[in-house]
Amino acid sequence: MTTSAPKNGPNVGAIVIISIAVAINLVIAKLMATWSYSWFPPQASSAASYVDDLFALETGIGSFIFFGCTGVMGWVLLFNRAGKYDESDGAPIEGNTKLEIIWTIIPLVTVFAIAAYTMNVNMKLQTLGPKHKYAIGSDPTTLVSFDPTAEIGPIDVIARQWSWEFVYPSGVRSSELHLPVDQRVNLRLISQDVLHSFYVPAFRLKQDIIPGSIISYSLTPTKEGRFRLRDAMFSGAYFSQNQTDVIVESEQTYDGWLKATAKQPLQPGLDPGRPLYDRRLSRGDKGWATVPPAPAPMVNDPGDPSLPHDA
Amino acid sequence: MTSTNYDPRILKAPHPVPGAPDNWKRFFSFNTDAKVIGIQYIATSLFFLLVGGLLAMIVRGELITPPADLVDPTVYNGLYTMHGTVMLFLFLFPILNGFNNLLIPTMIGAPDMAFPKLNAAAFWLVPVFATVLMGSFFAPGGPASSGWWSYPPMSLQNPLGHFINGEFLWILAVALSGISSIMGAINFVTTIIRMRAPGMGFFKMPVYVWTAWAAQTIQLVGLPALTGGAVMLLFDLSFGTSFFRPEGGGDPVLFQHFFWFYSHPAVYVLVLPVFGIFSELFPVYARKPLFGYRFVALASFGITFLSLIVWAHHMFYTGTPNWMRHVFMFTTMLIAVPTGVKVFAWLGTLWRGNLRLNTPMLFCLGGLFNFIFAGITGVMLATVPIDIHVGNTYFVVAHFHYVIFNTIAFGVFAGIYHWFPKFTGRMYYEGLGKVHFGLTFIGATLNWLPLHWAGLLGMPRRVASYDPEFAIWNVIASIGAFMLGVASIPFILNMVSSWARGPQAPPNPWRAIGLEWLLPSPPPAENFEDDIPTVISEPYGYGLGHPLVEDEEFYVRRSQEA
Repeated sequence: MTTSAPKNGPNVGAIVIISIAVAINLVIAKLMATWSYSWFPPQASSAASYVDDLFALETGIGSFIFFGCTGVMGWVLLFNRAGKYDESDGAPIEGNTKLEIIWTIIPLVTVFAIAAYTMNVNMKLQTLGPKHKYAIGSDPTTLVSFDPTAEIGPIDVIARQWSWEFVYPSGVRSSELHLPVDQRVNLRLISQDVLHSFYVPAFRLKQDIIPGSIISYSLTPTKEGRFRLRDAMFSGAYFSQNQTDVIVESEQTYDGWLKATAKQPLQPGLDPGRPLYDRRLSRGDKGWATVPPAPAPMVNDPGDPSLPHDA
Repeated sequence: MTSTNYDPRILKAPHPVPGAPDNWKRFFSFNTDAKVIGIQYIATSLFFLLVGGLLAMIVRGELITPPADLVDPTVYNGLYTMHGTVMLFLFLFPILNGFNNLLIPTMIGAPDMAFPKLNAAAFWLVPVFATVLMGSFFAPGGPASSGWWSYPPMSLQNPLGHFINGEFLWILAVALSGISSIMGAINFVTTIIRMRAPGMGFFKMPVYVWTAWAAQTIQLVGLPALTGGAVMLLFDLSFGTSFFRPEGGGDPVLFQHFFWFYSHPAVYVLVLPVFGIFSELFPVYARKPLFGYRFVALASFGITFLSLIVWAHHMFYTGTPNWMRHVFMFTTMLIAVPTGVKVFAWLGTLWRGNLRLNTPMLFCLGGLFNFIFAGITGVMLATVPIDIHVGNTYFVVAHFHYVIFNTIAFGVFAGIYHWFPKFTGRMYYEGLGKVHFGLTFIGATLNWLPLHWAGLLGMPRRVASYDPEFAIWNVIASIGAFMLGVASIPFILNMVSSWARGPQAPPNPWRAIGLEWLLPSPPPAENFEDDIPTVISEPYGYGLGHPLVEDEEFYVRRSQEA
């Protein structure tokens, strides 16, 4: 194809085709954004809807860009392929300063807009506190003040290689985290060995737990059910076993559980890495070296890992 | 013919080491010819691609069912740690250094690198640290198993108490790799700045040279931080210091700052040259000038600059205050602007082109397709609330592999096929190449697309077992991974048989424009030697009808007669 002289007046055919393509792309982007809500676990905290809405917005914008760009690629593949013996060159277009400036400014504005919106969303989550360092051997809990807006807590969340332990203000200890629905809870995140991460996918929240530091962390569960808490920061041999459940229940059930559990004697809690470690020892310690799991935490309620979780 | 006088700016490189063989044995010798070193790098890296791929297939074999039943969890952790390390330090960095060695001197008309002996020494460090790294499989307690980022305090746990252990050898290998890369970076940057052919101003350099320059600048700024962090980690591990140990008052998060200050930009060290490969190949196979050449060239340094201030986005949930999260979110998202400029320029290059869909072009188109997707999930990961949910899940693994394999490795394959005739003197078999592309594209998509959903549902990364609700995504991913393993068979067959018995390659089989295509295939030891051409045009003059260099016919004729 040779360069053609610039035509006078707008190219009506091109405008119609581009308008139709953009309209179809907008519809697809909207569908993708709506569909994206189904990719998540149920929304079980006050943060979840903000995160899902933001994700849907980005999925919409991203889909528009993706299908727009790959649509151009598809068009070119369909209509601009050289024949087998065609040795000719394409249109020798070297550049177009106006176009280049436009497509630098459009992503810039898009990025500014998404960033501004995201900062707004992030401030609404109101969940994260900075870490406070403490000397090993001292009591870390004295360093952190209770979140005044929280109604429940502070509950100590103690992470180890490889178990979770939850200590309530009344002294009750458990291997599963019980929380009343719709109340803001303050957690104090403590690690006794390596990095761990407090991650409940249904809450859309995650906070690393850093040895030598304590983190005051607050959140509000909004849906009753049994949700999975996963260690998200790699913590060694039995990392994948380091999971337990968060049980969100009505206030009455929660109070009842707290009272009943206080009467239970201390007993070994959940220690999911232990059976695997024992099996390893019984086979003559094959496999590469690992630190032995910490002893099972002594708790009033060891929980029931066999119950199915909602998300 | 006007005689092209030797330009005084060009340093005369020393001849290959006296006594270096001039047959296939030269690839096993300490040779200072950049083209020999380039092929040494590429062959070594492809071997380790197979090693790393094999490790990945065991990992995916473990993950094809929910329980941890194939290997012991400690073995699993060692395998994926070594998979990541091998793929980055023994496949991707070396193979791109291989491309730099082949392409930079030939593209800018230099006889060799600025420091040929340093260049050879940098390559020979690769087998040295490869041996150290692979040796860790035989260390007491097994290889390093705390992930490729080796976060303390877990990486400091040394259950058997031996001084020589997997982690020790791992840190040593990473430090040696850093030294090798810095040696390379000094060489590439010096060569680009000092040894261009007469007439080749910065805005007449091919985009590959621009991107290599931008990437190697990151190496010079960032690598010292990683090496410093690695040395401190080694001291904590072996000599009882407490830079990162909380018991001694150290802060484990400090290591993350050292680590990511380099290791996020490292992704751009890898992806920038691949942007260069895309920018070289699209014009050739679309038969069009590169759209917005200067914008594309300058965008490379835009990426370099921004890449140095994005590292804390890996630490949004480590107790980082909000102001810091917002700043780093913003800088990370800004990277979308220069990368967007490049993507639009490639689309502008393809638009109204005359496309030839041979293997290098297919890998480029596939790589661009995947990169647009990876860029969008990258912006998602930069936004703080989404990152808080999907960080450290399979969503990140999926995004990362869309960048590192589906874009970078695709670009690497495109480059191998495109320049294969030039540097081996033989043509590859197109049919095998297309089979390789088809299997790779389908396998890579099956492998990593589903894992985005596993991550959104909350499947953490680095797990040896998982809840059954993630099973479907993992089964598909494992099938994709095995398909990628199968895809290596036509590739190996093609490379070995083509190099041994393929048809002789003409000097310019693709009718490409560039100094390297004015050389015979394969180019002689010192490239143009005493007849370095004078460059008179910007690159990518497809359809414009002007010559690239003075007396172009002379060079074309000479390359054909050689």
